[in-house]
Parts: sequence; C-alpha cells; structure tokens
Amino acid sequence: MTAGRGFVLLLIVLLVLVLAGIIALVTPDKARLADLAIANVPQSGVLNPVTAVLLNFRGYDTLLEVAVLFLAIVGIWSMARHARVWIKIPDTPVLVVFVRLLLPLMVIAAGYLFWLGADFPGGAFQGGAVLGGMGVLWVAAALWQPPASFRRLLRPLLSLGILAFTTVALLTLFMGYNLLQYPPAQAKTLIIIIEGAAVLSIGATLTLLFIGGFPKKRED
Amino acid sequence: MGITMTIIDLLDLVLIITLLVCAWYALTTPDLFNAVIIFIAFGLLVALAWVRLQAPDVAMAEAAVGSGLTGALLLSSLSAIRRLQLKQTDQHASPDDATAK
Amino acid sequence: MLESTQLYAIAGIVLFGMGLYALIVFPHLLRKILGMNIMGTGVFMVFVAIGYRGLDELPDPVPHALVITGIVVAVCATGLALALATQIGIKTGTARLTPDVEEDDGS
Repeated sequence: MTAGRGFVLLLIVLLVLVLAGIIALVTPDKARLADLAIANVPQSGVLNPVTAVLLNFRGYDTLLEVAVLFLAIVGIWSMARHARVWIKIPDTPVLVVFVRLLLPLMVIAAGYLFWLGADFPGGAFQGGAVLGGMGVLWVAAALWQPPASFRRLLRPLLSLGILAFTTVALLTLFMGYNLLQYPPAQAKTLIIIIEGAAVLSIGATLTLLFIGGFPKKRED
Repeated sequence: MGITMTIIDLLDLVLIITLLVCAWYALTTPDLFNAVIIFIAFGLLVALAWVRLQAPDVAMAEAAVGSGLTGALLLSSLSAIRRLQLKQTDQHASPDDATAK
Repeated sequence: MLESTQLYAIAGIVLFGMGLYALIVFPHLLRKILGMNIMGTGVFMVFVAIGYRGLDELPDPVPHALVITGIVVAVCATGLALALATQIGIKTGTARLTPDVEEDDGS
C-alpha cells in the first residue's frame, strides 16, 4: 500500500469513526415532521403515507426528480448518439421464449404496482421500474426491432412524465393555490394522472439508459 | 419476547456483516466482472435490509432499479469498454469476445 | 447493545467510507462508479435507519420518500457517468484515469 493510499485510508477511517461515534452517543430525536405527515395523510387523497409524502406533501421534489430522469436522457443523447448495446440474437432459444412469456406478465405487474401504490406499498416508481426491467429484457433478447413509427413515438413517451407533472403544477397555480397544492377533493385524481404519465416515462427512460444512446435496428 | 429480540439481533448482525463483506469484495476484487456481479447481490441484500427496517416501497425500488438496472447498466458498459479496448489494441480483433452480450 | 437505528446508521456510515475510499484511490473509472453507488447506498441506509421507529410503530414516511427519490436519481447519475466513461474509453483508448502511475495491484 503506497503512502498516498495509506493517508487516504487514515483520513477516511477517522471520518467514519467520528460519524459513527456521533451516532452511537447521540440518540436521534424523533422528528416532528413525521407526526405532521402521518396526521395529514387522510387529507392527501391516498392512504399510503409514503405515496402521500412523495406526490402530495413533497411533490416539488418528485417534480425535480422526474426532470432529472429527463435530463439524464438528454445528456446521454447529446454525447453518445449511437447505442452502446449490440443487439445480438441470443444463442439459446430459452431466453427468447422466456422473455416472450414474461413480458405480458410484467406489464400486468407494473400496472398493478402502480395502481396499488395509492393505498399499499407500491407506486409510480416501482411500476416504472418493472417496466424498465421489461424493456431491458426485451432489448437483451433482441426482440425489439423498433420501426420508424415507434421511434417517432419515443420522444413524446419520454417527455410525457415531466409534461404531465408540470401541467398539473401550473394548473394548481392557475386555480389560485400554491404550487402543487392540490384541492383535497381532486387530489387523488391529480395524483393518478401524474403517476400514470410518470410510469410510462420512467419505464422508457430506464430502458433508454440501458441502451445508452439512440436505439438502433437489429443487426444480423 | 426475550428470545424474539435475540433472533432479530442475530439477523441484523448477519445481514450487516454480509453487506459489508460484499461491498468490500465488490470494490477491491481485481476482476471487474466479478465486482459487478457481487454488486448486484449487494443490492438485493440491501433490499432485504430495507424490508427489515419496515420500508417496503424503498425495498421494491432498490431491488428493481438500484440493484437490477444498475447492474445491467454496469455490465453493458463493461462489455462495451472491453470490446472497444480490444478493437483499439489489436487491429485484427473480432467484435465478439467472451463478455459480449 | 446498540438499538437497530444506530446499528444500521453505523453500517451506512461504514459503507459510505468504503465507497469514498474506492472513489478516491482506484484509477479505473468503472470502479469509481461502483464506489459512488455504494456511497449513495450508505447514505440511504442512514436515512432509512433514522426513520425506523421499531417493530410496533409505523415508520416515518418522509425519509422513505427522500430515499426513493435518491435511488432513482442515483441510477440516472450512474447511467450518465457510464456514458461518459464509455466515451472516455472510446476517445483515449483506456478506461483508467492515470495510466502512467504504477500501482501494485491489478485494479
């Protein structure tokens, strides 16, 4: 181990010891924000407290997160036009058959997770993650041969999440409330609209993150 | 009640030690392919830790996105870098080496 | 014995330290990205450990929401970082940052 590495190791061990000591000696105080959040869940339109916090109380953070997803794709497309993944036909038929059986089930599972997120653990990000995994399998099994019409559809699909979220945010401003303060009667409707758009957008974004560029046609 | 607390403490200890060992192995093993595979396993163990800490939404997001998709991204990039390095260092290299997807 | 919150928070801090060490020390870009991910996971573990209230009470939903946001942002950052690393690999022919420094292990 060289001297430089030893020095860095010493500094990091000191940092970890100091922080761990603080945690061990100071019992964390129960935050009052938790009580405030859990007490206001019935007025948020959903029953799951995490979804209520994510999409209603801290909706602005989620808006920025969907924007970060969008920006990641913009960044990747601006620097690496061509796809990183070589769409190669897999050697075994097992992968292709398995993926063909699994894809409809994954679509159902993604929709179910998204719909369930209002009252039970789940939500838009979990459903979108399952859709993203479906897209990755689809690409890896070389079953995805996007025709030109689908590639025209790709950009609207990617921007659907951020567009829907921004539209709802501006709508709440025009109706006279603060930014992203939903009227309690329509809160659930607005949350479902945002989550539905976000599921599709997150799935498409995660698949394109995996492809690493613009999707190509299948190469034989 | 006393024996239940001990079993949960044992689970905590085993889980945390396995997590730390997996993370250390993933960061220091010389073979990057092994490192990414152990990182995927690390991600799933972290999802287990989220379930233990009563965070099921976080567990679902971590298992799908944090472990699975990040692992797929890392493997795809590893394969692309190795392929491009082969192409650069050897003029006669063919595109499909052992790690091609 | 420490209670669960403190145990998992200390584990998160140790993970953060390991990831930081890997990010600083190893020259290969992919290993730095692995280190960045493990640092992020350590921070998330500290968050969720702070939100833990025991087996009989509802947990605190605010850290859970922050961590879900953090996981998605971390995967976006990883995707962008990997695209950058691939471009560096294409342009310079290597994925290591300092190829002319002698290291004594095979990382």
